[in-house]
Amino acid sequence: MNTYTRYVKFDWITILLYVLLVGFGWVNIYSASLDNTATSFFDFTQVYAKQLLWIGLSIALVVFILAIDSKFYERFSSIIYLVSLLALVGLFVFGKNINGATSWYAIGSATLQPSEFAKAATALALGKYISDIQTNMKEFGHQLRAFLIIAIPALIIIPQPDPGSALVYAAFIFPMYREGLHFVFLLLGFFAAALFVGTLLLGVPGMAIAIVLTALLIYFFKRRKRKTRWAPYAIAIATCIGFTLSVNYVFNNVFEQRHRDRFNIVLGIEDDSKGIGYNTNQSEIAIGSGGWTGKGWTQGTQTKGNFVPAQQTDYIFTTVGEEWGFVGAMVVVILFVFLIIRLLFLAERQKSQFSRVYGYSVAAILFIHFAVNIGMVTGLLPTVGIPLPFFSYGGSGLWGFTILLFIFVRLDGSNYYYT
Amino acid sequence: MRKLLLLFIVLVTGVIFAGRLFYLQIYDDSFQRLSEDNAVKIVYDYPQRGYIFDRNGNLLVSNQPSYDVMVIPKDVKALDTLEFCRLLNIEKEDFVSIMKKAWVYSPRLPSPVIPQLTKSEYASLSEKMYKYDGFYIQKRSLRDYQVNHSANVLGNISEVNERIIKRNPYYQMGELIGVGGVEQQYETILRGKKGVKYIQKDKFNRDIGPYKQKKFDTLPDRGKDITLTIDAVLQQYGEELMINKRGGIVALEPSTGEILALVAAPNFDPALLVGRERSKNFTKLYYDTIAKPLFDRVLQGEYPPGSPFKALTSLIGLQEGVIDTEERISCRGGYNYGGKKPLGCHAHRSPLAMVDGIANSCNSYFATVYRRTIDKYATPQEGIDNWRNHLTSFGLGNYLGYDLPVGKKGLIPTSDYYNRYYQYPKYKWYTPATISNSIGQGEVLMTPIQMANFTATIANRGHYYRPHIIKRIGGVDTIPSEYRIKHETTINKEHFGPVIDGLFGVYEDPHGTAHRVRVPGIEICGKTGTAENYTKIDGERVQLTDHSVFVAFAPRDNPKIAITVFVENGYWGSRWAAPIASLMIEKYIKGTISRTDLETKVLNGSLEEEYAKPHSGEPFTINQ
Repeated sequence: MNTYTRYVKFDWITILLYVLLVGFGWVNIYSASLDNTATSFFDFTQVYAKQLLWIGLSIALVVFILAIDSKFYERFSSIIYLVSLLALVGLFVFGKNINGATSWYAIGSATLQPSEFAKAATALALGKYISDIQTNMKEFGHQLRAFLIIAIPALIIIPQPDPGSALVYAAFIFPMYREGLHFVFLLLGFFAAALFVGTLLLGVPGMAIAIVLTALLIYFFKRRKRKTRWAPYAIAIATCIGFTLSVNYVFNNVFEQRHRDRFNIVLGIEDDSKGIGYNTNQSEIAIGSGGWTGKGWTQGTQTKGNFVPAQQTDYIFTTVGEEWGFVGAMVVVILFVFLIIRLLFLAERQKSQFSRVYGYSVAAILFIHFAVNIGMVTGLLPTVGIPLPFFSYGGSGLWGFTILLFIFVRLDGSNYYYT
Repeated sequence: MRKLLLLFIVLVTGVIFAGRLFYLQIYDDSFQRLSEDNAVKIVYDYPQRGYIFDRNGNLLVSNQPSYDVMVIPKDVKALDTLEFCRLLNIEKEDFVSIMKKAWVYSPRLPSPVIPQLTKSEYASLSEKMYKYDGFYIQKRSLRDYQVNHSANVLGNISEVNERIIKRNPYYQMGELIGVGGVEQQYETILRGKKGVKYIQKDKFNRDIGPYKQKKFDTLPDRGKDITLTIDAVLQQYGEELMINKRGGIVALEPSTGEILALVAAPNFDPALLVGRERSKNFTKLYYDTIAKPLFDRVLQGEYPPGSPFKALTSLIGLQEGVIDTEERISCRGGYNYGGKKPLGCHAHRSPLAMVDGIANSCNSYFATVYRRTIDKYATPQEGIDNWRNHLTSFGLGNYLGYDLPVGKKGLIPTSDYYNRYYQYPKYKWYTPATISNSIGQGEVLMTPIQMANFTATIANRGHYYRPHIIKRIGGVDTIPSEYRIKHETTINKEHFGPVIDGLFGVYEDPHGTAHRVRVPGIEICGKTGTAENYTKIDGERVQLTDHSVFVAFAPRDNPKIAITVFVENGYWGSRWAAPIASLMIEKYIKGTISRTDLETKVLNGSLEEEYAKPHSGEPFTINQ
């Protein structure tokens, strides 16, 4: 036991970044939730006091996670994964409906959102599968199984409905790519997204013309150098146009109106600042009114007036932008970029493939949350309801991210054990 | 490559966010303004406008409450327009255009819908206003006129227009500002300063308390009361005397320069420009281009002064030493200066020395004196400029500097003026070309208040205080020091005696032109004037009946009042202007009128027939 503990060494930089983000997050939740109804500072009907409680419990959770042997996470990853899947399925029976989504278990007056914990479980399971000596990510069957591990929780979450949380599972493409998945998969994903946006902007006929022109251009450019077969181009054109048609179909028939509206607003097809675009418009106003150094803590007029919806949760960054200005907002952006880069750096130095895949998964999940959330509040991306890690109000979210992060801190801490 | 892809994407995302944040927070400041607009409501606290008193403490103008229907366009919900219009008693088209204007001004700031409801309208409306989101009733205070005269002196209150808002950021749409008269001149004193309250709003537009602990809030400063130098009794009497006549009366207190009365005729009841009928009445007054009631004739009308100017010709002649009080100058029914026909004169004894010359208003006498004054110098240019120099020391030929917002310079020609007119040096000009100046015709022009000022200067024997209308501000004698400066003329004190004797003779000499309107017990010095004037009808220069002019001061020693009466097209100075001046003086000094016959005659006299002549389109005769 003596030699064992000697080699455990936690990465204090990651822990410090975590503390800074959670601390600054709470400061902003305090401001965003401040009203005149508080009877005392520790009035637990108040949002900021509740969050303080969640933070306190997180510390206990961290101690607990770090105390467990790192081998535990690898050995029990399958069981953890199955339990979290059961928890997600169980929502359809026992779940509590909040704001139209059945994503919560009610435990007394508190609620628990299993999808926040499923991310860590999926990352463990994916790490376990990929690090298996039998698995080769270049083989189609193995790729398919890896995709299934990711897709199952996502597919359970979508109909709750919570498409935002499901979107996060796209993050796992990064660790898979790191472990040998072909670049084409990433490229396909990128093309699909480009065609999707293009179809919405140009419409099917416009997009079809664009596709054919592009293909002809490439074809004739290549033919000038040497004789090129036309068949692959024809197939590519047909596929692209087919995809375009299906996008059009999905967008108009499968998407709900609110989803369509969100895309239309970001793409500038509709401008309706009083109705659908209200959220984005108000959050841009709040952030934009911050200027260089902001209006000062608890002095934000937009924050005080509750103009921005869900400001303590998904839109917490608007409070940062308004009250701390460009400087404060950039501090948060830089902290996140630092944390993710630090995690990537740590993942790369792992001796075990399991730890590396897990570390990559953590970095990728945090990145997707960070990119989508801040992209949304600054009006760059459509409204997708996912929280800003460590910042947004919510016990499940905070615990989910804490568990996700600190399992990796624990794994990284035992890295030296294997030497 | 596999190791670096996500790292690369993370860094790019960080840079994109930095750029976006920079754009939102630093580069594009429209968000800054939007934020203030939508989260902070500004409420103004309007102080009472100051009262206006006359010199004897009589209240002229106070305030009355008034109620405006206001709208914040963005808060308006769907409503039954027809019913609402019926309630407000307006046409639907008007309502639509009012709402459009309000939207254009600002969707978030209040704009007036119906200004100035009456009390009963307010009572019936206030119960139902809750039904219409975005509309509310705002209490304001309006002017309450205690008198029905002095509209030209007092000015009025008007809503600010876009031009004023642009020029002066103090004012917001729908606020009030003084226009004309002392309301405009002393606007900042009368209005005080509005207080501002910033109120934090939430997304439902509800007030949720003061913004930043009232750090930016200010309390209103009450407007100060002002006391005018106007004597309300004299002013009212003057306006009554001028009924059915056009022109004006200016009465000054020579020892201080205080304006006792400033009558412009025709005039109107200042109450016409208050309340809902304001714009209708204003339009009516504004488009009366014949009587021009909004044209302040005593401040803005430039007239040839006529014979009263002879007093100045005498004074300059004495100062220049070209005449003494003894020399008699003969008159043979006119002064022959070499023109086609002589400068005509009426029948009187001849030859006459100065005192009788003034009393009998002999044109030849003054033409002679004027010519000698100019010809004393080597060139007529030098002569004219020297002559002009004397006149400007009486406050003529330039703005007088009184505290009212309108005015005219009048005209005392310079040598340059004649050089340009006669194209000197291509053509030469000599004194006779300007000879009409000697009797206050020709090029010389004055506003009635300038005439009153030179009369006061003569009454003071050589100095004047700038005419002014402010006596006290906020009950304290804090009038600007510029009105306490003594302005000396270029004429030596001793020369005023003989001229005043002459002016006294106008009343006392049995041949004097105002002998018939003497006031028993008051020694008045004055001078009649009958000023030729012209107008243009269809581009043709047409002579109209002479203006009836009179200047006077009284008593002869320690004068209390200096007055100018100007009656357009009233013919002889002794016909209208002299009786009116004598009645005014009697009213001011004695308080009562003993000559009721004369008073009745003036009060009932009308010149409307005379004024209709040039507009009749038919040939007419003048000077009947």
